[in-house]
Amino acid sequence: MILRKIIILYFLLFTCLQSKEVKIDLIEIYKNLRCLVCQGQSVADSNSDFASTIKLVVEDQVKEGKTKEEIYDFLISKYGEWIVYQPSLNKNNFLLWFLPYLILVFGGLIIFFIIRKSKHNKAN
Amino acid sequence: MKNKFSKIIIFGFVISFLSIFWLGLKKDNSYNTKDLIGGKITNFQLRSIYNSDLITEENLKKNQFTLINFFASWCAPCRLEHKYLVKLVNQKKNIKILGINFKDKKNNAKTFLNELGDPYYFVAEDTDGKASILFGIYGIPESILIDKELTVIKKIIGPIDQEKLEEIFRLIK
Amino acid sequence: MLSNIGSILILSVLSLSLLIIYNSYLDLKNNNQLIKKSIYSLSLFQITFTILSFFTLIVGFIYSDFSIINVYENSHSEKPLFYKIAGSWGNHEGSLLLWINILVLFSYLFLIFNHKHNKKFRLYTLIFQNFLILGFIIFLLINSNPFSSIYPVPLDGLGLNPILQDPALAIHPPLLYIGFVGCSIYFSAAIASMLSEYSGKQFALAIKSWVQISWVFQTLGITVGSIWAYYELGWGGFWFWDPVENASLLPWFAISALMHSVMVLEKRNTLYEWVIILCLLTFILSVTGTFLVRSGILNSVHTFANDPSRGLYILLFLSLMVFTSLIIFFKKRKKEIYSFKSSSKETFILANNWFMVFFLATVLIGTIYPIFLDVITGAKVSVGPPFYNTVIIPLVIPFLLLMTFGPQSSWIKSKKETLYKTFYILLGAFIINSTLFYFFGSFGFYSNLILITATFLILHSVIDAKKSIKNRKTFEYPRIISHLGFGMLVFFIGINHHHSIETDFNLKVGETKILYGYELFFENITIEPNKNYKSIIGDFKITDLKKNYTQYLNPEIRVYTNPETLTYEAAIKSKISSDLYLTMSNVSRSDFYNIKFQNKPFMIWIWISAFTIALGGFVQLILKKNEK
Repeated sequence: MILRKIIILYFLLFTCLQSKEVKIDLIEIYKNLRCLVCQGQSVADSNSDFASTIKLVVEDQVKEGKTKEEIYDFLISKYGEWIVYQPSLNKNNFLLWFLPYLILVFGGLIIFFIIRKSKHNKAN
Repeated sequence: MKNKFSKIIIFGFVISFLSIFWLGLKKDNSYNTKDLIGGKITNFQLRSIYNSDLITEENLKKNQFTLINFFASWCAPCRLEHKYLVKLVNQKKNIKILGINFKDKKNNAKTFLNELGDPYYFVAEDTDGKASILFGIYGIPESILIDKELTVIKKIIGPIDQEKLEEIFRLIK
Repeated sequence: MLSNIGSILILSVLSLSLLIIYNSYLDLKNNNQLIKKSIYSLSLFQITFTILSFFTLIVGFIYSDFSIINVYENSHSEKPLFYKIAGSWGNHEGSLLLWINILVLFSYLFLIFNHKHNKKFRLYTLIFQNFLILGFIIFLLINSNPFSSIYPVPLDGLGLNPILQDPALAIHPPLLYIGFVGCSIYFSAAIASMLSEYSGKQFALAIKSWVQISWVFQTLGITVGSIWAYYELGWGGFWFWDPVENASLLPWFAISALMHSVMVLEKRNTLYEWVIILCLLTFILSVTGTFLVRSGILNSVHTFANDPSRGLYILLFLSLMVFTSLIIFFKKRKKEIYSFKSSSKETFILANNWFMVFFLATVLIGTIYPIFLDVITGAKVSVGPPFYNTVIIPLVIPFLLLMTFGPQSSWIKSKKETLYKTFYILLGAFIINSTLFYFFGSFGFYSNLILITATFLILHSVIDAKKSIKNRKTFEYPRIISHLGFGMLVFFIGINHHHSIETDFNLKVGETKILYGYELFFENITIEPNKNYKSIIGDFKITDLKKNYTQYLNPEIRVYTNPETLTYEAAIKSKISSDLYLTMSNVSRSDFYNIKFQNKPFMIWIWISAFTIALGGFVQLILKKNEK
């Protein structure tokens, strides 16, 4: 009974949604680029001259049909890796991507051993 | 044994963390131009502000050294550095300056050069600024010094002053 | 004159700290069960003088006493009064004074509210807390004194950064500092606990409320900061994984983990060692965060003190703290025997801690990695939202499941029936989400799972709430409220992230742009002078073509003169279902304006969810108070 009411409420809530999900590649690219003359802003957020120039270049390249990776590679070749917010998987950044998962596994192992030891203690 | 080992690891960890923070404090956060030195400049094609002439990277191979200088009439530091550019071409004959007029109106650029002197052997237009990205430019004024193999020798961010001018002299000997 | 008063007050607090440390040390040897009255009096004087010193600074700002360098650098006679006051803590030196105030406040409150606990424990806590106070006062005096004076007295101040002139930003630092600095007390308590060997359930009870208080304020502080960023910074986002934001999130993960582990320590008298580690870690993270933010080592839009000498001092202080706690920990630790059954509440809380540590480690690694790489190899990389989203989001799914199952289990051992019931609710959530999937378009694999698990948590919490109200189990309300809030937060952020419409284009006055079912007409630009800035206001007529509904939005560009800055004020129309967001900035040397137009669903619900999370903690504190 309650569950039904909740389901109905749920549908009512969702009729408010404006429209379907939209994929906006340009803005996604802008968000992934660092505004190099700003203090910690992306090209999407910045109002600087540099940001507007980069936006023009990215627009052109998207019109030419370049993929996201090609655009990122192009800008990295001009400005270095730090213009892109997503660190690529290379030997420099390997630790960055690897360590968090290592810690996750390590933590899981600790808990596993604690529970196993508990069973062992209980058995004794 | 196992305890001692883990203690040493943890202490080692902590010490390295703190040392890296300490070293990080001394680092300079400014623009990284190291990477670009030694690389080749991009292929490009730009139009003159005076007529329909074009210039490409091939043309630059004819010069022993080229200084690619980004400037604009509305840019105050560009006005300050301009006399050093004039000095450069007057005193050294093995270097030519390619001027790239960044996000500017042609007439304003021409007035600027009439007023302050024209050190450029070619003035290219970059009305929308897109060409600057090809060269990895952050803002203006900015200059790139290349040799005749089009290899980047130095990148100068900000206006050229007497000190930077002397450094250019040293590099193009 | 004020500057002299302020300096004298601070020196008095310094002397009082030394006296407190000395007297407490002597009293340790005393076999009397009660703490000497003199220590109470010293503490009372200490808190009084500390608050007075901050009050002095505020008075300096209100009356624009520019003989104080801090007032000169951060205020202006034309600043509105409210922001003059807020200016006192909106800068490095003033915020440091606020930091000291909270250290002293918590020291005093812990002393007077904890008389039921062991005397040695309380004295040691007082001693170490005062060492922390000393450290910060010395930092203030040698490097960042808000009361330094300047002569001749300038005629007017340099002004306060206009971006900081916002009500949300005015209360954000105090809220956040109570969180950040509140952790200091259980850092000191942890060391005290080890030295006085006052452990187990008693220790848990001693620190429980303090952990709770710091958690509530940290949550509020982060939420208010995000709200400010959304309304003021003009990019329509509220979280950027900026180093300063991350610095506030790191302690939050630790405090959340600690909050749950303290429950285990209290109820089952186990996990003592881990609780100590978390207590120490939390304040260490706070100070590390302060280091990252104030030393200039990281590039961020928030950094407000770029002074490597400050960084050096904080680093030294941090090192002292870390080494002291490590040495004492290794000397005093005792082997603990664990007895956890796999389906008990303790195990679920361990799992919570496991995930919290993972999230913490991810954010810490992401924030610090660029520094490490730069120092070791000289390479510069950026670690931004794509990294954090990719690593964290998939793990939120099992985390939400654990949050739902966990509270259903009992201490020590669970009944099988409860687990089956839970499974049916999970099924219900899955069905709801699949139907939505069918009607409203696909979200993508991970997003789907996130929405299902978030819905699951929300549903279950609501059902739990009904049960608890029926059975009058008031002690469950806080957990239900906070977990519900968390589920809602993930849910609404998920929807918002996927259904946001974001556009970026250039427009001239008089032009129209049609996109995503909206027609934007750039009617006009008007210029309006104001008290300390000039407004350039854009008049935009937005028509929703589907509903044939028109509204007006007026974004602004503000040109300030003291100091010379530009800010961009977004025009935001908030509705229950979504926000319409418009910012305008001028493109230099052109008639064009760069327009960012966004439609963001459920923004208000994101704030409501975050406040709900904090509310749970707040309810817990009130319930505890009523218990007494």
